[in-house]
Amino acid sequence: MGLSAVAPLWGPPGLLLAIALHPALSVPPRRDYCVLGAGPAGLQMAYFLQRAGRDYEVFERSPRPGSFFTRYPRHRKLISINKRYTGKANAEFNLRHDWNSLLSHDPRLLFRHYSRAYFPDARDMVRYLGDFADTLGLRIQYNTTIAHVTLDKDRRAWNGHYFILTDQKGQVHQCSVLLVATGLSVPNQVDFPGSENVEGYESVSIDPEDFIGQNVLILGRGNSAFETAENILGVTNFIHMLSRSRVRLSWATHYVGDLRAINNGLLDTYQLKSLDGLLESDLRDLAILKDSKGKFHVTLKFFLEEASTNQSADAITLPQDDNDNFAMRVPYDRVIRCLGWNFDFSIFNKSLRLNSGNAFGKKYPLIRASYESKGSRGLFILGTASHSVDYRKSAGGFIHGFRYTVRAVHRLLEHRHHSVAWPATELPITQLTSSILRRVNEASGLYQMFGVLADVILLKENAMAFEYLEEFPIQMLAQLETLTGRKARHGLFVINMEYGRNFSGPDKDVFFDDRSVGHTEDAWQSNFLHPVIYYYRYLPTEQEVRFRPAHWPLPRPTAIHHIVEDFLTDWTAPIGHILPLRRFLENCLDTDLRSFYAESCFLFALTRQKLPPFCQQGYLRMQGLMSTESLWQHRVETRLLRDDAPAGRDLADSSQQPGDQELLGASLAPGPLAQSLDSNKEEL
Amino acid sequence: MQLQLMMSSGFNVFRVGISFVIMCSFYMPTVDSLLELSPQKYFSTLQPGKASLAYFCQADSPRTSVFLEELNGAVRPLQDYGISVAKVNCVKEEISRYCGKEKDLMKAYLFKGNVLLREFPTDTLFDVNAIVAHVLFALLFNEVKYITNLEDLQNIENALKGKANIIFSYVRAIGIPEHRAVMEAAFVYGTTYQFVLTTEIALLESIGSEDVEYAHLYFFHCKLVLDLTQQCRRTLMEQPLTTLNIHLFIKTMKAPLLTEVAEDPQQVSTVHLQLGLPLVFIVSQQATYEADRRTAEWVAWRLLGKAGVLLLLRDSLEVNIPQHANVVFKRAEKGVPVEFLVLHDVDLIISHVEHSMHIEEIQEDEDDDMEGPDIDVQDDEVAETVFRDRKRKLPLELTVELTEETFNATVMASDSIVLFYAGWQAVSMAFLQSYIDVAVKLKGTSTMLLTRINCADWSDVCTKQNVTEFPIVKMYKKGENPVSYAGMLGTKDLLKFIQLNRISYPVNITSIQEAEEYLSGELYKDLISYSSVSVLGLFSPTMTTAKEDFSEAGNYLKGYVITGIYSEEDVLLLSNKYAASLPALLLARHTEGKIESIPLANTHAEDIVQIVTDALLEMFPEITVENLPSYFRLQKPLLILFSDGSINPQYKKAILTLVKQKYLDSLTPCWLNLKNTPVGKGILQAYFDPLPPLPLLVLVNLHSGGQVFAFPSDQAIIEENLVLWLKKLEAGLENHITILPAQEWKPPLPAYDFLSMMDAATSQHSTRKIPQCMKETDVQENDKEQHEDKSAVRKEPIETLRIKHWNRSNWFKEAEKSFRHDKEL
Repeated sequence: MGLSAVAPLWGPPGLLLAIALHPALSVPPRRDYCVLGAGPAGLQMAYFLQRAGRDYEVFERSPRPGSFFTRYPRHRKLISINKRYTGKANAEFNLRHDWNSLLSHDPRLLFRHYSRAYFPDARDMVRYLGDFADTLGLRIQYNTTIAHVTLDKDRRAWNGHYFILTDQKGQVHQCSVLLVATGLSVPNQVDFPGSENVEGYESVSIDPEDFIGQNVLILGRGNSAFETAENILGVTNFIHMLSRSRVRLSWATHYVGDLRAINNGLLDTYQLKSLDGLLESDLRDLAILKDSKGKFHVTLKFFLEEASTNQSADAITLPQDDNDNFAMRVPYDRVIRCLGWNFDFSIFNKSLRLNSGNAFGKKYPLIRASYESKGSRGLFILGTASHSVDYRKSAGGFIHGFRYTVRAVHRLLEHRHHSVAWPATELPITQLTSSILRRVNEASGLYQMFGVLADVILLKENAMAFEYLEEFPIQMLAQLETLTGRKARHGLFVINMEYGRNFSGPDKDVFFDDRSVGHTEDAWQSNFLHPVIYYYRYLPTEQEVRFRPAHWPLPRPTAIHHIVEDFLTDWTAPIGHILPLRRFLENCLDTDLRSFYAESCFLFALTRQKLPPFCQQGYLRMQGLMSTESLWQHRVETRLLRDDAPAGRDLADSSQQPGDQELLGASLAPGPLAQSLDSNKEEL
Repeated sequence: MQLQLMMSSGFNVFRVGISFVIMCSFYMPTVDSLLELSPQKYFSTLQPGKASLAYFCQADSPRTSVFLEELNGAVRPLQDYGISVAKVNCVKEEISRYCGKEKDLMKAYLFKGNVLLREFPTDTLFDVNAIVAHVLFALLFNEVKYITNLEDLQNIENALKGKANIIFSYVRAIGIPEHRAVMEAAFVYGTTYQFVLTTEIALLESIGSEDVEYAHLYFFHCKLVLDLTQQCRRTLMEQPLTTLNIHLFIKTMKAPLLTEVAEDPQQVSTVHLQLGLPLVFIVSQQATYEADRRTAEWVAWRLLGKAGVLLLLRDSLEVNIPQHANVVFKRAEKGVPVEFLVLHDVDLIISHVEHSMHIEEIQEDEDDDMEGPDIDVQDDEVAETVFRDRKRKLPLELTVELTEETFNATVMASDSIVLFYAGWQAVSMAFLQSYIDVAVKLKGTSTMLLTRINCADWSDVCTKQNVTEFPIVKMYKKGENPVSYAGMLGTKDLLKFIQLNRISYPVNITSIQEAEEYLSGELYKDLISYSSVSVLGLFSPTMTTAKEDFSEAGNYLKGYVITGIYSEEDVLLLSNKYAASLPALLLARHTEGKIESIPLANTHAEDIVQIVTDALLEMFPEITVENLPSYFRLQKPLLILFSDGSINPQYKKAILTLVKQKYLDSLTPCWLNLKNTPVGKGILQAYFDPLPPLPLLVLVNLHSGGQVFAFPSDQAIIEENLVLWLKKLEAGLENHITILPAQEWKPPLPAYDFLSMMDAATSQHSTRKIPQCMKETDVQENDKEQHEDKSAVRKEPIETLRIKHWNRSNWFKEAEKSFRHDKEL
């Protein structure tokens, strides 16, 4: 049975207890960091720990990394895209379209070197993960199944306790920080009468020959259900698919965990009346009866309860007895369960208080937005199991998402235990627009983990400089200072990527007319993924983050800017993207962020007491931007356009009247560039 | 009582009108271009009692000059006042005493008949306004009293109580447009009113004016005052001082303060309406007539110059007005019906009038706003010029484009300059042009490989090279750490950096002979044009720390100034020759052929850098765009001589003498060649209005206060005059010609206020729900229409709510307002 491959390998509970008592006798090996599982998330964390020179160990029950992928997906086709060509050289940008690679400094360890397929084979993933671990020399104890995890209180420990790990041989490991990257390994089973008649996704045959001429009922409507259907679509009589709620198409929800178009062949045949079909009902109300011929009938649990226990299956009431057009009245040859997986809570002692969440079912352990368990400090959940943070929202449950959240966790740990502040670049304010543009145009973490990880710009005093922090978990914004070791005393910007508020959803028409926004003034109505910049004068409090307005990823800011969505996701248009962004930043900071040629700075330096930041930070430091002849020519041309207006003396006089600014601005009439350059001159 | 209220009789208005007509018709036929006459001919044309302005100039002087242009422009306006204007050419045969001896000492003279009234240096008549103002000022000497203190004003006031009204005005200076406006009004009204003029701010302040920087004009109602101890009432003209505004203002002052009417307010018209001012009718009844009249008078005084006030006698009125209305308001605009108001407070009447004017202003503002600067128009000069230049093809092939694959191999294989830039960043792209220019200039001559890497493509490479901002230039030399270029982002300085980096820093000099060649500039002949100073450190071989410090400094200065080191056994030969005690620096100034020595005892590297940097500064440099920052950071006031072309050697000598005599220690003296630095014209325009002839010597107090002082342009730039002027400056006896604005650099234009738009859309959404549903049922028969209708509803908020102005402090208030606005909709 395939089931045994994923089922726990450890012994009965009695043995466990004996092992737990054992560690007191000898001093177990101690590690600062223990990582459970050498899957993608575990390897990713191991990589960062290794690069930082930390004391760590990965425990993996299999002899090689990525054991999940040795069996799953059953039909061996990964649905994470392996886009090898984007037309761009920028490696960071290309990671936006590479859903399989882990992060590393080694360009050879990119998944595109491992597969040419757009939807690659799972075996390539296994090979890739093995290479990743070997090439980088990650410290992994293979063939080590951690059977039990418990807590040992100790004041000297980083978190006031050590995590005590016991493996299948009874060997004990003591860890200061426990990083759980075990994924979701327990198949989700729904208990209903007759569920013993159901085959599971994990063990069902994948040979289409076995399904020839059969009526098949599949329970579930996720990618594994559709993947299973896709495989046998051509040989069955028909496939019926039963699930609690309607199908969610990932291209409508913008959530990669929903049904991907590559698997949706059954939708096509259903809607084209080719006998296949989708039905919605709660599985827990159903019962499956096996008749004398070995065929399966769907009935209601209710009827089963009415009937006496000794009645033969054939005698139990079926829905069609009352309702002769009941959809599932035909008998099925097979019923297959494809209901996903759950986190394996069984190895964690109660003292860890690692509980399942309640909001989105019980499949995920309950964690904070910092990926730390709510129950015990120092226990972090990484990878697929950490998806409760952004379930059905972003990509945190998938390699292309959690590779970034793992990095964020590592950065938090570096600060917490090693006093290494969250990495930040300090730049002069003149680089503000550029640094934002650079990130929104190339950053893959922002793009993949939209709404979860966001860049943060911390302004320095007088807003003459700023620190740029990348990919901070925004739900932890209120705790930014303690988590990063950076100060946010003078205001901050948060750069997030967002879809339009009402754009995503299972019932949304994502192809409606006018779905794309082109005008900069309508940028806030952009639907497709686009950068949104929040400005806060003060760091929001925990209260403000928790009680933020509905559907807002962040509390209400002082000001907000949307960079209008772009078909090419290339936000570098001078007028369409850069200019409105600069105006927004200028108005937040109450300063002038334009760039000037040295000639203009020279003029300002001798005709005004104050200089714009660009001249202060460039020209006055002898790094002014000299114009070339042809550029100067253009400058003169733009100047000429407004030079036929009478000289500004009168304006200068009137502008000195307090409160007359409006009038002045108006009298300067519409005009290109130079107009307002001059306007500034006149105003002062 | 009633008589007193009439401030002037109707007759007066009439007379002025007539005098205008007469003037115009009389002088109409005359020419309006400048007459050119010989002195003899000119004097023969002078008519008794008639004023004439004549500019005497040498016959061989240029036919056009700024002054002549302005004078020509003044011909027509002066003719309107019966003043003829002529240019008198002083020819040799006819010597006139008005013909000056020297070309630049020519003056203009004002004659009345053949009596000389005034002479004007041409620089006082700097433009048409100044000419008209000065000439009228001279002619109306009696009509316009110029005063400087409060006492004078009080004396005049006392003298005229019960006799005549006064028009008192303050202008910032004689000859400016406001002064001209006052003089033109005085020409017309000078016999009716006593005009009083001052340029003293203190005087204006002492009569309680606010905003004293601007021109002010008051009407002193002295004629009504019978009791000498009483003060004359004053009315301030609120409009800017222009001839027309003064005329209108005086007209309203002359209009009766209060008029009684008994006709339909809709039909009533007074001079106010013609002047665009509204009318306020105070409704009166027989029973309350006296009280009403007192109220009306009170209101009339308050609204003087803003509205006409009338007493409407309801009892004798034929038309009906609403029972409770006690005030009728009639706007100046034609066709607008009168408003009947119930106002129980005088202040309410005033505020109603002022508010109605205010609304008009606001409406104007809003209109203007629509046409105002568009926030979608580029106002960044770099971005705009780069964009405009985007289609020009640059010879990019002259530089090697690096990639992730080629970067390391290239910079390892040869000495390279790398430009790190971002293709989407305007500043980068502007500098790329200069970089290519450098490549063009170095083509085939340099061993240095010029390369570039676009960080928009090769982000990782740039990050690995520690490049986080753009543009950055780095030099990679074999066996050395990469050096970031820190000079001006321009062709000239980068070229200098590259050329000077052909040698090592510091150069190790090994013989006395080589040292002499080094100091004379022979050794690096081809580099001298890039570094006018060569620095040589002299050390005895044992001074290891000092040598290390110097080497560090030399390395720091690499690419900016040539540095060398000499520490052979025979170093004393050199130190003796240049009278330097070891360790020492020798500074060879190649342009001046001078060698200085500076002792270096215990001087750290950064101090050496400072010494060298300071030594690079000249005593009296030509200031340029490139070198201003190095002088600017001295934080001293700049003494700038603006010169149209090369500097006059005499001026240079005078200033250098002052420098040597330590008169200029607290200043940075420099000169600016407008030919090399055309942007200097913009600077002069900011300092002077109008622009006097060059050269101009200006002291700019850039770092404290921003005052600009001008050396009198009629004085010769010689040492004595300069010293005197500087002393006066120091003693605070000189007036600044302008103060540089100290305003902060604020956002040039507002940004889109998306937050308000989002708020508004949310609130609109909720309030619109019901009507929207109704609409849908209405148009259900046509699906397509329905769809369009929906989209219209969806779009409308965007159009109406593009709130461009965002007031930061009133963030929430603004949001509230827009909510309210919505509800009204």
